[in-house]
Amino acid sequence: MVAELSSSNDFLRAAKADYKYGFHMEEADYTFKSAKGLTRDIVTRISKMKNEPEWMLKTRLRALDIFLKKPMPRWGNSKMLDDIDFENIHYFVRATDIQGRDWDEVPENIKKTFDRLGIPEAERKFLAGVTAQYESEVVYHSIREDLVKQGVIFLDMDTALREHEDVVRKYFGTIIPSADNKFAALNTAVWSGGSFVLVPKGVKVEIPLQAYFRINTENMGQFERTLIIAEEGSYVHYIEGCTAPTYSSDSLHSAVVELIAQPGSHIRYTTIQNWSNNVYNLVTKRAVAYENAKVEWVDGNLGSKLTMKYPSIYLMGKGAHGEVLSIAFAGAGQHQDAGAKMVHFAPDTSSIIVSKSISKDGGRTTYRGLIKAYPGATNVKSSVRCDALLMDENSRSDTYPTMEIDEKFATIEHEATVSKVGEDQLFYLMSRGLTKEEATTMIVNGFFEPFTKELPLEYAVELNRLIAMNMEGSVG
Amino acid sequence: MATKAILEIRNLHVAVDGKEILKGVDLTVNAGEVHALMGRNGSGKSTLSYTLMGHPRYEVTEGEVFYHGQNLLELTTDERSRAGMYLAFQYPVAIPGVSVSNFLRTTVKGRRGGDLPVKEFRKELKQLMANLSIKDEFLSRYVNDGFSGGEKKKLEILQMALLKPELALLDETDSGLDIDALRTVAEGINTLKTADRAILLITHYQRMLDYVTPNFVHVMQGGRIVKSGDSDLARELEAHGYDQIAPELAGSAL
Ligand SMILES: Nc1ncnc2c1ncn2[C@@H]1O[C@H](COP(=O)(O)OP(=O)(O)OP(=O)(O)O)[C@@H](O)[C@H]1O
Ligand SMILES: [Mg+2]
Repeated sequence: MVAELSSSNDFLRAAKADYKYGFHMEEADYTFKSAKGLTRDIVTRISKMKNEPEWMLKTRLRALDIFLKKPMPRWGNSKMLDDIDFENIHYFVRATDIQGRDWDEVPENIKKTFDRLGIPEAERKFLAGVTAQYESEVVYHSIREDLVKQGVIFLDMDTALREHEDVVRKYFGTIIPSADNKFAALNTAVWSGGSFVLVPKGVKVEIPLQAYFRINTENMGQFERTLIIAEEGSYVHYIEGCTAPTYSSDSLHSAVVELIAQPGSHIRYTTIQNWSNNVYNLVTKRAVAYENAKVEWVDGNLGSKLTMKYPSIYLMGKGAHGEVLSIAFAGAGQHQDAGAKMVHFAPDTSSIIVSKSISKDGGRTTYRGLIKAYPGATNVKSSVRCDALLMDENSRSDTYPTMEIDEKFATIEHEATVSKVGEDQLFYLMSRGLTKEEATTMIVNGFFEPFTKELPLEYAVELNRLIAMNMEGSVG
Repeated sequence: MATKAILEIRNLHVAVDGKEILKGVDLTVNAGEVHALMGRNGSGKSTLSYTLMGHPRYEVTEGEVFYHGQNLLELTTDERSRAGMYLAFQYPVAIPGVSVSNFLRTTVKGRRGGDLPVKEFRKELKQLMANLSIKDEFLSRYVNDGFSGGEKKKLEILQMALLKPELALLDETDSGLDIDALRTVAEGINTLKTADRAILLITHYQRMLDYVTPNFVHVMQGGRIVKSGDSDLARELEAHGYDQIAPELAGSAL
């Protein structure tokens, strides 16, 4: 995201344009592009091209079998899921052989793309480290020297597997096993790129690390794999953004993200998903939080055709705390099926879920959530709040909250609202000179404010701008 | 005193959800004038103010309204605002998640056009807030969200002071204000009383008119203006009630 950061908070005067990230670049001098379709050969080839250890190849092939065997989920949006043509996807595309440590080392076309997305600028201004993934692999990587000195590891996953094989082997797939779901299996079979972060005991990374994921090729499948380990008492804020060109046929993004928050640590994971409307975004994200650890998923879903994503937190240790704060925006032809899962295994664990969604022009949002407390998880506290805003009569919002509490002393709160943009609110703002569009945008930004205020300022500004763009033409 | 008409209402009929509420209102407001509009609960005062500001639920079924000689009824609400009209709401609307400071900056900037120098604006805002005894902390609160009745009214006046409208419609801005607040709000209104501006003041109480002296007082009843006079009329109303002043319509309001 962070494209062309506006210096002021002047979101109402924001540039009016369609999805501005829909451009694509010539595929000049690509190193490798697998033929469409998924076979054992392709999986093996990916592993060989990356010079992976044998165990990883085995893991991949096992996952492929699981993927092929598992039926497609019958929930979420079966119709859209059934439309995915797995034979029409490029599973591995290597745009370049080089991973730049300097933007000048990055091939011109690719550098231009990230320039347009504002990544180098954001890096200079307020990031402690950046990885930029283009197609299947990370093409640029940086981390501040002082963090390296403190022992922080921030690498793309392929490099991490080469340089820190033991750690990767120890944790890879332990939080989300291949058999967890069909798309986790697919990711494990063909994964490429993604981030590996390890924050040593007691180290607090005060400035965010960011990963940016860009798809360029038509009918691309992007399957990055991310693993973050926060050792005891450490802190890290990781931010990811993503965009893709607009094509008439579909692409698939299916990531697996595993977080491990060791005792007393704190991980905040922020996502601004802004895929073009031809991308299926089917992502599995899960964290484990040990004693007194804290994990927060701050999850913004603006783009894509179908998103199915339910960030989960397994509260394993006494006093662990989990939060999911998410927004979803569904316009014409889009379905955002998002939510959260909080699983309480230990006493005195607490969780908060806040979900805010907006549907317009026939778009659909779904909240799907689970709060579960296992026997022994005494004194659990959990609160869930879902607010949906409908912009017109054709749009739709559904809420499916599930609670399974197997312990007596639990405090569980649940509140859900569905509302329409009020005529009186619009009239009030318009009577102060705002056009109907500006007034609507202001109401929508206000609705999302509990989310926006959790973002670093630059991202909040950018998000408001994106919302203004999405509101374009939505009011008559 | 100038006699240039800012607002001319002729035989205005208005229906809400198919029910006729205004049944032929005639009223002319000239530059430099303050008009007070009084009348029983439900007589149609707010209906008139909403209609003038262009609320979509209020349907004009007959009649004409001119603003500076221009057909007001063809303008959208935001166009009316940008043309210099302002409505201080009887029931201001909450906008959760939008801070007062962001709201004020956005609306003022939209109306003044061009750049709004941050420093100067801050200064102007702070001064006006001090005049109205509005605490700084209100800037970071959400617009009208959880405000007390009086706090909402003060925010309406603060906006008016910033937007400096040519025609201000104040719908019971005095209701819900404590005695001190009433005085400061009245001062705010008086600052706006200049030769090229006009004010339509909807009120139930003489109290307000002690501070802001109207040139004309009108009594509304059953969707019409049934009596007009000078500031004495308001005092008579206060002393004797609507039954004596407008006996022809006694008891027919509700
Ligand atoms: N949607 C509606 N349907 C039916 N009647 C309505 C509707 N809206 C307003 N009215 C009626 O129109 C009449 C005029 O209302 P209005 O709010 O203009 O009165 P008012 O003079 O401002 O009263 P007050 O002094 O109490 O503020 C009232 O009888 C009210 O009930
Ligand atoms: Mg009224």
